[in-house]
Amino acid sequence: MTSNKKELAVAALKAGTVIDRIPSTALFKAVKLLGIENLDRNVTIGNNLESRKIGKKGIIKIADTVFPETVLNRIALIAPTAVVNTIENFEVKDKRQVELPETIVGIVKCDNPKCITNNEPMDTKFHVVGHDPVVIRCHYCNHTVEGKDAKIL
Amino acid sequence: MTSKSLVSISDIDKEEMLHLLELSRYFEENPNSKILDGRVVATLFFEPSTRTRLSFETAVNRLGGRVIGFSDANSTSTSKGETLKDTIKMVSNYVDLIVMRHHLEGAARYATEVTSKPIINAGDGANQHPSQTMLDLYSIYKTQGTLENLTITMVGDLKYGRTVHSLLMAMRYFNPTFNFIACDELQMPAEYKKFCIDNGIRFNESTDFSADVINSSDIIYMTRVQRERFTDIMEYERVKDLYRLHNSMLDNSKPTLKILHPLPRVNEIDQDVDDNPKAYYFQQAGNGLFARQAIITRALGIDPLAK
Ligand SMILES: [Zn+2]
Repeated sequence: MTSNKKELAVAALKAGTVIDRIPSTALFKAVKLLGIENLDRNVTIGNNLESRKIGKKGIIKIADTVFPETVLNRIALIAPTAVVNTIENFEVKDKRQVELPETIVGIVKCDNPKCITNNEPMDTKFHVVGHDPVVIRCHYCNHTVEGKDAKIL
Repeated sequence: MTSKSLVSISDIDKEEMLHLLELSRYFEENPNSKILDGRVVATLFFEPSTRTRLSFETAVNRLGGRVIGFSDANSTSTSKGETLKDTIKMVSNYVDLIVMRHHLEGAARYATEVTSKPIINAGDGANQHPSQTMLDLYSIYKTQGTLENLTITMVGDLKYGRTVHSLLMAMRYFNPTFNFIACDELQMPAEYKKFCIDNGIRFNESTDFSADVINSSDIIYMTRVQRERFTDIMEYERVKDLYRLHNSMLDNSKPTLKILHPLPRVNEIDQDVDDNPKAYYFQQAGNGLFARQAIITRALGIDPLAK
């Protein structure tokens, strides 16, 4: 864990969450998915950083905040490679890969304008039907979209 | 007593599909009865479709049930901005079953989530139309004596044609061989070819509606090629007659071959085919009545074969 400590120390975080290894193209969608735009905590966002594993990556650091697993797992939709580090006392306390849930409710907008979800006051719902690449299918109209292209509500 | 909605043909498994076919056969032999005596069925056509609505309403009437409903959304409070949810909840108070058609895709699935009454999807935009698929299956079953090991040729608009997509998926239980015959612009979408591969279904793809293809087929399923599907009108003019069936093309076809078409047809089947005993599209539409009687009784948990 000490090597991680060094890498993540760019803006040393005493406690909070670091989400690493987000593909650069997905970074700002990840920000939106987490709903941190209106957070008053210290947030550091880095993008286009070198990554041996995925080419160019983005990173999000949020001070003094722990997210529920269901919220973190939303990121798997657009960034299945993302890794979540939980920081306590400048140490990586927990490190794990995001996990894609089987069903995604109320986060993604269906891209089919004729879909009932775009015309009624109701939650959207998608089923994950492919993993590499991530593909999701609308529960209602059956349209499919790749996770990386999904429109976030 | 169980009641079951039917939103998509993929909601039912092979066993239920075969049972619905047996029920369809039963209703063909016994079209009139009183088994829906005292039941009220709503036909909610938010989008007009006279053909489908008359077929469903005849089915209810011949089973002795009563029908309420509307034939287009302009006559309802939907046109005043009422949500689908509110309309479905209101109608649910009055009836035992709702048959609905809607221009929005997924409308019927959503309706099942806001009411405990069974819903039959009579078409939701370009998405699903399971009673059409059941009448197609019944027509194949009845004319071929089986659904197993048949060669089915699909011709015309395979890209947007929802009926061919649903039929393809429903046939997965029966070891079919498909021929997909369409111009470059209207080919079978990749996801359905993948579906075939994933399910071990053989298929051939060609732009050529050839004698070989016709003569090897048990079923030829023709579809309409619509001008508005083309981005290039010149391309439409070039291909429109390539996928047109004439009587002379059937000279060396199998004696048991049947020609199906979901109707309405424009000119993809020449009038000279109509008198050929292999032409089956008008009887096919008639089979819709029996298939819908089967779907309606299943939805209400009534099984005349269980007696
Ligand atoms: Zn949808």
